[in-house]
Amino acid sequence: MSRRTLRTKVLMHALLVPFLIFALFPFYHMLLTSLKQDRELYDRFAVPLIIKQGPTLEHYTKLLWETEFLTWTKNSLLVTILATGASVVIGTIAAYALSRLKFRGVNSFGTGIFVTYLVPTSLLFLPLAQVVNWIGLADSKWALVVTYPTFLVPFTTWLLMGYFRTVPKEVEECAMVDGATRIQALWRIVLPIAIPGLVCAVLFAFTLSWNEFIYALTFTSSSEQITASVGVTSELIRGDIYFWGELMAGAILGSVPIVILYVFFLDYYVSGLTAGAVK
Amino acid sequence: MAIGTLPTTAERARLPWRTRVREMLDRERVLGPLFITPALILIMLLVAYPFCVAVYFSVSNSFIGRPSHFIGLTNFIRLWDADAFRQTFQNAFVFTGISVAFKLVLGISLALLLNQQLWFKRMIRGAVLLPWVIPTALSTLGWWWMFNSLYSVVNWTGIAMGIMDPPGPNWLGQRYYAMAAVITVNIWRGLPFFAITILAGLVAIPKELYEAAQADGAGPGSRFWYVTLPMLKPVLAIVVLFSTIFTFSDFNIVYVLTHGGPINSTHLFATYSRMIGLESGRIGEGAAISLYLFPLLMFVVWAQLRFVRKQVF
Repeated sequence: MSRRTLRTKVLMHALLVPFLIFALFPFYHMLLTSLKQDRELYDRFAVPLIIKQGPTLEHYTKLLWETEFLTWTKNSLLVTILATGASVVIGTIAAYALSRLKFRGVNSFGTGIFVTYLVPTSLLFLPLAQVVNWIGLADSKWALVVTYPTFLVPFTTWLLMGYFRTVPKEVEECAMVDGATRIQALWRIVLPIAIPGLVCAVLFAFTLSWNEFIYALTFTSSSEQITASVGVTSELIRGDIYFWGELMAGAILGSVPIVILYVFFLDYYVSGLTAGAVK
Repeated sequence: MAIGTLPTTAERARLPWRTRVREMLDRERVLGPLFITPALILIMLLVAYPFCVAVYFSVSNSFIGRPSHFIGLTNFIRLWDADAFRQTFQNAFVFTGISVAFKLVLGISLALLLNQQLWFKRMIRGAVLLPWVIPTALSTLGWWWMFNSLYSVVNWTGIAMGIMDPPGPNWLGQRYYAMAAVITVNIWRGLPFFAITILAGLVAIPKELYEAAQADGAGPGSRFWYVTLPMLKPVLAIVVLFSTIFTFSDFNIVYVLTHGGPINSTHLFATYSRMIGLESGRIGEGAAISLYLFPLLMFVVWAQLRFVRKQVF
């Protein structure tokens, strides 16, 4: 490597530093706060960027054993897994129909899915709350299992249509000439080829429903029914006294499932993000 | 049934039902509608129907737990005359305009940097994308703490660097600072989407175009202006349209950070509609507020279908 290219390379990294600090500092500061002792946390003359008086897990143990945090996490997991599973199945068959089959109304249904994909959840939460009441799911986590697919199905359908189009039609036709039915061809030929797409769909559906906030906040309220994000943002704040250490511990632990998935499937997140928008 | 001839109707009726079902399922005209039925039912019951309910609420004087009457466009007109709603309306445009502009400019810069030869490429991308995957409600709590009036680490750093006079601004308690704070968090959370998507657009630009431009004597500046930007246009259009609709309808950041305050100065349609519709119980008015989002949604859908996705279906 010549000197000049090395210099530009170092310069590029230097230019990236402010972006990286902007992206990562909030997480660093949250982690730091959650590990600090109260004495240091509320000392206005202490340096807030480091831990000087030794770390403590006190906030975490308080969060786990003195609040309902574990119940909220369990609710989040239940809602997320069920909503994701149902949405990926419904989205897969809809995407297959849209990208492969010819039938009446296929185009208008495709447009309908796309329009639904763009409808923000904040447009519909008020009337949906009424619908949820009418079907008897008020203040129940099952209301979330039922309503999350409304934004997950359009998303997974849209994402998977892009992937199914990349599977050559001939592969499927070959199987059908050899006597397989269309469903067998889908199950044995198309889906295995589209596995990266399916992984993407599962990851994004999981992330979207784990991160969902406005529906969870509106449709559930009692401590046994709420999800992790709602629990941490509403139950840990009582009156005007904030327990910042516990609050930050809750925010960190509430993000752990997503961080784990993220670390293992980073490349899928990158490709799914661009596929969802660009394809 | 002889080999090579199709079964006649009479023969077909005699086939066992399982075979007949299998045969039916092999027909696109049957399988297609069957496959979209679950999604269709879901959208009809939980998207289209609630939307109609919203429209009905918005033209009625609905109040939680009380019978309602048709009152025409009164809700929309009354809202338009109220200062708090006007403020919300203005906030939504300021918030969206500034956030999207920053995300676009910073997103292009970041994408150009990420497109260079880098060490630890994967780790850097992972770090850049992180704010986008973490639950927004939870990461906004972190920002809430960073903007705390007594212990703000932002102010501490500003004072330590000599940029701010102690004690520094009370971020969430003063109107313009509060708006700046919610915009900052929105940029923080939305920048990864811009950067990574634009990066995908950059990677797709054929190298030959740059080589040709260079052969014609174009410097880095004009190469960016005459090659990169025009080639990125479709991607930029999609990203901006997407981001506009989701920034406009944002809820989480404002709800957690400021709750719309101080004195409505950061309310957006979603947070204001929740306050009026649920916290004050005036569902009719609340529904009317969120329906003000609808024209914008229609515009974005129209623009996407008209200019961006011409060739999709």
